[in-house]
Amino acid sequence: MSAGPPLATPVLEARELGKRFGGLHAVRGLSFEMAPGEVLGLIGPNGAGKTTVFNLLSGFLAQDAGEVRFEGRSLTGLKPHAICRMGLARTFQIVRPFPHLTVLENVRVGALARQPRMADAADRARAVIEQVGLGAKAGHLAAGLTLAERKRLELARALATKPTLLLLDEVMAGLNPTEIQAILALVRSINEAGVSILLIEHNMRAVMTLSHRIVVLSFGEKIAEGAPAAVASDPRVVEAYLGEAYVAATN
Amino acid sequence: MRWLALVALVVLLALPAWLNSYAITVFIFIFFYAFLGQAWNIVGGYAGQLSAGHAAFVGIGAYASAVLSAQAGLTPWLGMLVGGVLSAGLGTLVGYLGFRFGLRGFYFVLLTVAFAEVCRIVALNTDAVGGALGYYITFTGNPRQFQFQDNRAYYYIALGLMLVATAVVAAIERRRFGAYLIAIREDEQACEALGVNTFRYKMLAMVVSSFLTGVGGTFYAFYLFSLQPNSVFGIPLSVEIVIRPIVGGAGTVLGPILGSFILSPLAEASRVYFGQGGWAGAHLVAYGLLLIAVVLFLPQGAYPALRRLWPRAAAR
Amino acid sequence: MAPGGRGPEVRVPASQGVSRLDAALIAQSLLSGLLFGGVYSLMAVGLTLIFGVMRVVNFAHGDMMVWGMYLAWLLATRAGIDPYVGFVLCAAALFGLGYLIQRALVGRVVDAPHEMQILLMLGVALVLENSALVAFGPDPQRVRSPLRAATVWLGPVFVDVARLVTFVLAMLLTLALYLFLTRTDLGRTMRAAADNLYGARVIGADVGRVYAVAFGIGAACVGAAGALVSPILPFQPAGGLGLSVASFNIVIIGGMGSLPGAFLGGLLVSVAESLGAVFLSPSMKELVSFSLLIVILLFRPAGLFGRAAT
Repeated sequence: MSAGPPLATPVLEARELGKRFGGLHAVRGLSFEMAPGEVLGLIGPNGAGKTTVFNLLSGFLAQDAGEVRFEGRSLTGLKPHAICRMGLARTFQIVRPFPHLTVLENVRVGALARQPRMADAADRARAVIEQVGLGAKAGHLAAGLTLAERKRLELARALATKPTLLLLDEVMAGLNPTEIQAILALVRSINEAGVSILLIEHNMRAVMTLSHRIVVLSFGEKIAEGAPAAVASDPRVVEAYLGEAYVAATN
Repeated sequence: MRWLALVALVVLLALPAWLNSYAITVFIFIFFYAFLGQAWNIVGGYAGQLSAGHAAFVGIGAYASAVLSAQAGLTPWLGMLVGGVLSAGLGTLVGYLGFRFGLRGFYFVLLTVAFAEVCRIVALNTDAVGGALGYYITFTGNPRQFQFQDNRAYYYIALGLMLVATAVVAAIERRRFGAYLIAIREDEQACEALGVNTFRYKMLAMVVSSFLTGVGGTFYAFYLFSLQPNSVFGIPLSVEIVIRPIVGGAGTVLGPILGSFILSPLAEASRVYFGQGGWAGAHLVAYGLLLIAVVLFLPQGAYPALRRLWPRAAAR
Repeated sequence: MAPGGRGPEVRVPASQGVSRLDAALIAQSLLSGLLFGGVYSLMAVGLTLIFGVMRVVNFAHGDMMVWGMYLAWLLATRAGIDPYVGFVLCAAALFGLGYLIQRALVGRVVDAPHEMQILLMLGVALVLENSALVAFGPDPQRVRSPLRAATVWLGPVFVDVARLVTFVLAMLLTLALYLFLTRTDLGRTMRAAADNLYGARVIGADVGRVYAVAFGIGAACVGAAGALVSPILPFQPAGGLGLSVASFNIVIIGGMGSLPGAFLGGLLVSVAESLGAVFLSPSMKELVSFSLLIVILLFRPAGLFGRAAT
């Protein structure tokens, strides 16, 4: 029996992941993998459990069942800050800039995770700020930014921690079409630089163009997985979003 | 800004030559409370963990060094370190319980108050340290016992304490420790997501803060020569500690100093002007009104407001 | 504050305590504690109402109570009005004060970080406490009421009539508050705003007014409590912060934002303190209170009935 070349370790691996709140299964039996350098889209109707998955992956919630491995190492029981230092960074659905700090100071906090010296961290922060296109606003207070700018700031902060895997939670929500195109390009460029990306997104067009693969959640369970085109035409997915009545009416 | 601070320092160093004893006493209080406020500033201002029980640390430091001096003959110059360590011990306990159990805002304030009150009640009921009557230190004027005939010595020590605490805070602010504390105060969860071990840094802030405050307790003991549990552990002292950084600017290096220079003379003036009789406490009414005004109109304190008025003078 | 049912002969030195204790003594203690609990309940109900409706912790609660006490004293000494009648006026006056404080000050920081609210109320507490000090001096006062010395025997235990009247009046006030909250429109709006602020705004509730009334009622409760207690216990301006902390104790134990919790918590804590005064030395009993508070803060901050505060 010959063994082929070893498969690359998945950058992220979830196995039978589960989380209950009282009697409600927010997430149940979720298993999926991400290959390094991949963009994986996580979609599903509202309440499907997507943000709960993010919270489980990033350590903000402890799972009730199953396991998560990041680059082969188990994340069970680790605190969010430890997970971030391992290379898994996340953004929040409702952006949380440090309002009284400038853009530079905000991003510097992220950079300090890798560069303990303030001057080095500030240099890295400036570079990341340029990368996301906020260079002109580096000295502005975060509280004074527009929503699109705050999303970039959130992204920059997470990026400053030099992640291997970036979890983006609805980074396009609330943006107008132009802003979406810009963020789309930014996310793509980040991925091309080598960062794996797991994104939650409701903007279907964006998810479909950006993602290499898609995982669909409904009521906490995975109902489909695969290439964007395949998933889009999967009847179970259509049913989850539009309901049985629609499916029955159009068949 | 820097040369302004240098000039101020030189003035303060030279001042005792021209001041009478009473004025020197006023300055001693300004410096001492600025010191205590600066120590509080680390955990209350920068880290944003409002402690209303810091008097507990003053009390522990005070009683520890006083008792060690009287019973064991330990010079307070060393006793202050012991006092600081013991206070840091309590600070570790309070911090650990508060932060491990996720107490925030009001609940954390109440926890700190509860611990301070427990200390106060224990001191009141412990006859070995004088109980309700208090603990008295015999005046010997011996510098080795941290006692001085000349008020000016206390002036320079208090000034020194204030400068040391300020230097510590300035050093913290320049480093990652400070940047992390400020970020924790802004949004703890966001910090966690950026790799900040918020529990560790809050604990560190609490330990440093309580240690310094405990050291100050020795000064308190050997300047006032009498320790009353209700005074040294009481809520009024905690209020005095907290109000200076708040009014002057919590989370800034100069805030507690500015606050002390504003509030101590105010307190002294109203105490003198209104006399001991029926108007005792008028200065506290002023404190209250000032606190209300600051919260409503200058929530970040006087120093940041001044910085906005003179942005060029204050290069950050 | 040294509450807890203590009639003239109940003070048993701890060293002799165990051999002298008998059922009557404990029953006496329980009863006195229960009767005094009415006041505790009133204080706690006022505080928890304010917190429940607007998530503000009233650090000036105890100082408002002190003013209730002094107003009762003024009414008794200057106008000859007995506190058991005058408490209504005290409640009304404190209602006005609370309403004003909310409108002018607290209303501005409802959305501000908790630290700002705490500091604001601390400032108010300082002003109230020390203006009382300036106005009335530091020495403890007491109000003389004809009911002061009257006692009634109920079987093996005796009842302090003053405490009994205090208890009954406190219960009536709590009942009145309960009826207000459940039977009147304003009361129901208040509960709605407490449950779901956004929803209350959507249906057009005048939230500013609701908040102000809630704060006013909270102040009125504690003002009435102060008046009712003024013939029983000596009071002084410096006691304000201690009374605030005592109120927090009860509310945390009973559960922040829970009215039944505050009510039962008041009775519970009073009885516990009363028994504690018998078994331990009076000053150590405060230690028990604070230790209990610390334990509850750590292990069950939501209290017995409360909702978790964010």
